[in-house]
Amino acid sequence: MANLAMREAYGRALADYGAVNPKVVALDVDTASSTLSNFFEKRFPDRFFNFGIAEPCMIDAAVGMALAGMVPFANAFAALVALRALEQVRTCVCYARTNVKIASSYAGVSDFKDGPTHHAISDIAIMRSLPEITVIVPADGNEAAAFVPLIAEFDGPVYFRLNRSAALPVSSPGEALSIGKGIVRRQGNDLTIVACGSMTGRSMQAADALASKGVQARVIEMHTVKPLDTELILKAAADTGAIVTAEEHTVIGGLGSAVAEALAAVRPVPLSMVGIHDTFARTGPDPESIMDACGMGVSDIVDSALSLSTLKKA
Amino acid sequence: MKSFDDQLISDLKAKANYLRRQSLTMIYRRQAGHPGGCLSAADIVAAMYFKVLRIDPKRPDWEDRDRFILSKGHASALLYSALARRGYFAESDLEHWGELACQLQGHPDRLKTPGVDMTSGILGHGIAIGLGLSLAARLQKREYHTYVLMGDGECQGGIVWEGANACAKFNPGNLTAIVDYNDVQLDGAVHDIMPMEPFADKWRSFRWEVISIDGHDMGQILSALEKAVSITSRPVVIIARTVKGKGVSFMENKAQWHGIPPDKEQYTAAMAELSGEGG
Repeated sequence: MANLAMREAYGRALADYGAVNPKVVALDVDTASSTLSNFFEKRFPDRFFNFGIAEPCMIDAAVGMALAGMVPFANAFAALVALRALEQVRTCVCYARTNVKIASSYAGVSDFKDGPTHHAISDIAIMRSLPEITVIVPADGNEAAAFVPLIAEFDGPVYFRLNRSAALPVSSPGEALSIGKGIVRRQGNDLTIVACGSMTGRSMQAADALASKGVQARVIEMHTVKPLDTELILKAAADTGAIVTAEEHTVIGGLGSAVAEALAAVRPVPLSMVGIHDTFARTGPDPESIMDACGMGVSDIVDSALSLSTLKKA
Repeated sequence: MKSFDDQLISDLKAKANYLRRQSLTMIYRRQAGHPGGCLSAADIVAAMYFKVLRIDPKRPDWEDRDRFILSKGHASALLYSALARRGYFAESDLEHWGELACQLQGHPDRLKTPGVDMTSGILGHGIAIGLGLSLAARLQKREYHTYVLMGDGECQGGIVWEGANACAKFNPGNLTAIVDYNDVQLDGAVHDIMPMEPFADKWRSFRWEVISIDGHDMGQILSALEKAVSITSRPVVIIARTVKGKGVSFMENKAQWHGIPPDKEQYTAAMAELSGEGG
């Protein structure tokens, strides 16, 4: 199967699932041909609602639909929905615990052409701080599709973080996925790399490079950043004694912080966070070059792992 | 304008007086709350809960019930008074408003309080949420109507107009907005803080049907609500001119009574002014 862009895999999956579950409705904000919710629109025009460039209004309307028992997927650019519509998400989705699914597209540095105004590098941190919401960051197109039915059938608010383009494939079609359960993608006992989203495939590449240097890295894909699979993290810390986290996001408040919080009180081990370090990224020719230039390259993961490995031995 | 039965009008006026007394008592007892906006909206809320809304307090989750969103959620004491009087919970619960163990939060919370259709308190959300409820009703082929009660100061926020615009586009035909236009907000008069006039024209320019009434005239309130439900060609807003603090002379049109509770002497004087029939 082709390695589809995350947005396309998601868009097609939402349309397919729409045929299965008549309660699903899709909302968008003049980005349907970008988020690819327009696959759903074409098949179910009566269950598709375009609110124009008004993310707060879309979220509130989704809240109303959820109150009436529908399962709304609210589609938007991550930078807009996590910031401009944040108060709606906090008050009307999280506090009121309405069953709204926020499909947050163009996350991270996906929107390489437009630059930092349209990057979403704080959204995981923001969403993770809100009670009641589940935060899911799929690693590749296959997962972007496979999570759609799971999220629709999950009871409660979900923030589903999607990239614009394809990520390095790490999962296989038909593979079992479970919200809240991390996946060990590679075995190893020298240290553990915990990754989400597009950084999962990069972490697998980093693990290959580390193996050639004699360091056996375990790779855990943590697609659900909240609630965190603490058990899996603590076991990795116990087994391997050092952890590198990797995310297409600022290192402040995201996956790395979540892992650090889980470890700090129970089993602190040396930890290094790969991500954007308290700065804005920049425009570039493609997301990959921006990631390489802004601290999220495969070499950044490898270097962090080697440093930790040295520290462990010292 | 259609005339309603005198007995009905008189009963609803008595209910409104009851709601004013109960709201003020709650605010006085708790020494917190928003008296001005409870008193201004009491007649509208009495009409809704004791005549208009198709609801069943025994089944707060009844799927076909009419929905009522108190978008001006700071008038929670008024809503709680009406819900308790209708039997959603014991009137004695009102005495515990704001206590840690009490189901009645400062602002309405749909998860904690039976009968509250939507959590509110941060202004501006009601219209777009109401739209979502209305669109869902259309999809599900349900007959319920959604009512949203807003404040005039609330309409200073952009989200109201995002919602208003979207309502005109989707026109679900089963949504009515009501504005409690009392011209007073926390810091002063609405017409000074951020003037909203020409208010009705704003709504008309957003392709809404506007019905302007005296929000303390029970006959006009009932007529307007009936007419609003009958219009399906475009969304309808009832602009109800009201008096902030209505019924308590020293509170009327005074911004300082937006969110300040009365002391004992003021409470006693207020209750004396509201001593008319109410039950």
